[in-house]
Amino acid sequence: MSAKVITITSGKGGVGKTTATANIGAALAKNGQRVACIDADIGLRNLDVVMGLENRIVYDLVDAVEGRCRLSQAMIKDKHIPDLYLIPSAQTRDKTAVSPSDMIRLCDELRPDLDWILVDSPAGIERGFKNAIAPADQVIVVTNPEVSAVRDADRIIGIVEAEEKGTPKLLINRLNPEMVRQNNMLSADDVVDLLAIHLLGIVPEDKNVIISTNQGIPIALDGKSQAGQAYRNIARRIQGEEVPLMDLDKGSGFFNRISSVFGSGD
Amino acid sequence: METEKIEVKGIKNGLLIELRDGDWDEQKKALMSHINENKAFFKGAKLVLDVGDRPLKSPQLSSLRGELSDREIKLKAVLSTSLVTERASQDLGLEIKIDQSSHRDEKTTIDSMLDGDEAVFLERTLRSGHKVSFPGHIVVLGDVNPGAELIAGGNIIVWGRLRGVVHAGASGDLEAVVCALDLSPTQLRIADKISVSPPRKAKPKPEIARLENDQVVAQEWKAGT
Repeated sequence: MSAKVITITSGKGGVGKTTATANIGAALAKNGQRVACIDADIGLRNLDVVMGLENRIVYDLVDAVEGRCRLSQAMIKDKHIPDLYLIPSAQTRDKTAVSPSDMIRLCDELRPDLDWILVDSPAGIERGFKNAIAPADQVIVVTNPEVSAVRDADRIIGIVEAEEKGTPKLLINRLNPEMVRQNNMLSADDVVDLLAIHLLGIVPEDKNVIISTNQGIPIALDGKSQAGQAYRNIARRIQGEEVPLMDLDKGSGFFNRISSVFGSGD
Repeated sequence: METEKIEVKGIKNGLLIELRDGDWDEQKKALMSHINENKAFFKGAKLVLDVGDRPLKSPQLSSLRGELSDREIKLKAVLSTSLVTERASQDLGLEIKIDQSSHRDEKTTIDSMLDGDEAVFLERTLRSGHKVSFPGHIVVLGDVNPGAELIAGGNIIVWGRLRGVVHAGASGDLEAVVCALDLSPTQLRIADKISVSPPRKAKPKPEIARLENDQVVAQEWKAGT
């Protein structure tokens, strides 16, 4: 069994690539899959923080590439879920420390022992992004329902297609159904209409995501959160299951109820 | 005779030379003799070499870099689709990519000669960052997204949604037209006239834009007119 490499990218920064990587990784591993998440954002690492593994880092991606450690030594085992690993990036180096062929080699070395390898891409379309997509079998483009993020996603899709990585799949993050209803936010349909690629899932805006990323516990492990449910559904779709999209609209009452349980009375 | 094979292109930050096929040693000799004949031109230049899929090892590249540097030419980058060459270049601290836009601009600068009926047909979605320039007409079967650019010497026809920037009659043809099933470009230019789309209407209809009295005018497309 050989692992499939999925690169998570976006073009624009701050749309939730790292959160998506951590949560999809956690949800896949929770389903009994063997998963490694690679932080390809060299110099600006934070997947380790979101996964709550910051204090366990000894070796990183660049150490493994430059031969200062064995690859297995750079793999940090997750605290919560068995068979979930993180390969952190180096904080003190920059994107040129690794080349696209290094990334391909590294992933090929990992493939035999895993089911999924998730690569968290840096923002932008330069070297770091090229590194991240080089080993990819499949690419997931994360966007927010905002014109600027969608524009960048469109550019990224064009580049991924030009690099012959196939048509990426789309993850719309931080959709606020209430704002869409009031016509103050692009709807998922608007975004899909423009980008014209397959929609892998929609993650609703949920303040619990911020709490969970700060605590280093993926929201996908929170059975009550709607965003967590969205990530679990996405993981199942990645595994090939047919899972219908959540109805965020009808859930307005449900959604409010959730936030009133968790949001401390405001 | 060999020197005729060497084609030098100007790019944003230097010179681009393609040595894609043939024997490497021969090509290198040809390049050197070309440089020797045009010393003044090359002196102080930054050179980008595109070697195609040729696998080159570090010693080959470093000897080339040495010879170029003897002639006061800096070898800046080596572009290649070969992983061997890519590794070797990186080992030597050479760049392996150049700014794509400057490379592409060079290749797609528009020919000012408009020879009428030539057209290019594109059956795909043109996404943000795509730029197509063609001296004749451009026909797209698909959408042109915001951030994409079409520049035609002649007409532009989009069988889909047109939301990017288009320039028809780019070499001055006042008769050029732009039509699309949904004509809502970010900016529409015909010859030297520039216009922007009015706010979106309720339901898009096929439209054709042309110059009338020096103004860009868009009209709904009706069969038989």
